[in-house]
Amino acid sequence: MMAATVLAIVLQRNLFSVVVLGGIYSFLMATVLVALDAVDVAMTEASVGAGISTVLLLGALYLCGGEEAKPLHRPWLPLAVALVIVAALVYGTLGLPAFSDPLAPIHVHVVPRYLNQAMKETGVPNVVTAVLASYRGYDTLGETIVVFTAGIGVIALLRRVRRGEGKQ
Amino acid sequence: MSVLDHYSYWITVLLMVAGLYIVIARGNLVKKLIGLSIFQTSVYLLYIAPGKLIGGTAPIVADGFKVYSNPLPHVLILTAIVVGVATLALGLALAVRIREAYGSIEEEEILAAERDSEGRA
Amino acid sequence: MRREPVLRVVGKLLIPYMLLFALYVQFHGDFGPGGGFQAGVIAAAAVIFYALIFGLPAARRLAPDAVVESMVALGVLIYAGVGVAGIVLGGNYLDYFVLDRDPVAGQHRGIFWVEAGVGVTVSGVMLKIFYMFAGRGRAQPRE
Repeated sequence: MMAATVLAIVLQRNLFSVVVLGGIYSFLMATVLVALDAVDVAMTEASVGAGISTVLLLGALYLCGGEEAKPLHRPWLPLAVALVIVAALVYGTLGLPAFSDPLAPIHVHVVPRYLNQAMKETGVPNVVTAVLASYRGYDTLGETIVVFTAGIGVIALLRRVRRGEGKQ
Repeated sequence: MSVLDHYSYWITVLLMVAGLYIVIARGNLVKKLIGLSIFQTSVYLLYIAPGKLIGGTAPIVADGFKVYSNPLPHVLILTAIVVGVATLALGLALAVRIREAYGSIEEEEILAAERDSEGRA
Repeated sequence: MRREPVLRVVGKLLIPYMLLFALYVQFHGDFGPGGGFQAGVIAAAAVIFYALIFGLPAARRLAPDAVVESMVALGVLIYAGVGVAGIVLGGNYLDYFVLDRDPVAGQHRGIFWVEAGVGVTVSGVMLKIFYMFAGRGRAQPRE
């Protein structure tokens, strides 16, 4: 279903419907994430992808105009590049561990320590929050700074237009 | 090695290349940004799918559950989602400013306007 | 949209619950899915919903520009402040176990303040970006 949605996004030219399809795609992605047991991520993806992204895209569309122009060149080269990349990536993924393999490297290095010790060391049952805020707190600090930078970047770019001329 | 073993990876590759195709083949700036965000969501799938253990549950420690799905990719992807929306917001702000400066957000029209202004200058 | 009675009534019913839900997600992030990011986005979405129904000037009265801008910076300062508190009390930067006599309670405190900082910044930034996009008119600026 997600593949069908993405195909529709590629082919559609009315940007408003593309934005709505993007929202549908985000919700489908959130559902898949719940099926993969990633509940925190699903909540974030649903609220951020289907909520905030849709609002921002609609705001930008209002300011920019809502129709995409017909492409001038036939897209043979990008299509060929895309197919070559698909072939290369599928060949690469054949070497990756099988789905839900308990002996895959991702499960054996540091994660057993997080799962077993999180309750004892931090007293927080949600291991994702414990890892995010305590074991990997520096990464979260960096991420908060990234969000802050995005905020002031948008403030710097979009300060109010005076009547007659824009800010340089 | 059956199809089912690597199915999640192939879906990821499909979404990734679809997003990449939108970025390189379409000229509209807003559509390119949407393609970029599709690309980013495919990467989330790439990280989280290998972390799932069949028969496991969400990584919240509770009595009665023994097997948990891997929490480490969840943490990384939480950061990635928020960074993705920050990128989208900045990109859209740039698109709005470009629109006000050049009158259009189509790549070809902007390049033509640049060439004209260079020819005249 | 101000005059649509259905939207106004539904909005007035839902928006307090959305804000309450954001607070719930923020503080319950230790025991269930949730945490700072989700809570910040949900809180910003509640105010954006209010702005969509009742108009941007009404939302600006509810959450003035100066408050939102200071929230953006305040969250990062809270987070960094927790780190500095770790140094002041004897550990390394962002050590939580020195924040209380019992190290596990110290972890709880550290995680609480850190998530609060994250929630404040995320909600401030999302709301500020919305204000910037929505307040910028096309031909005639609306204010």
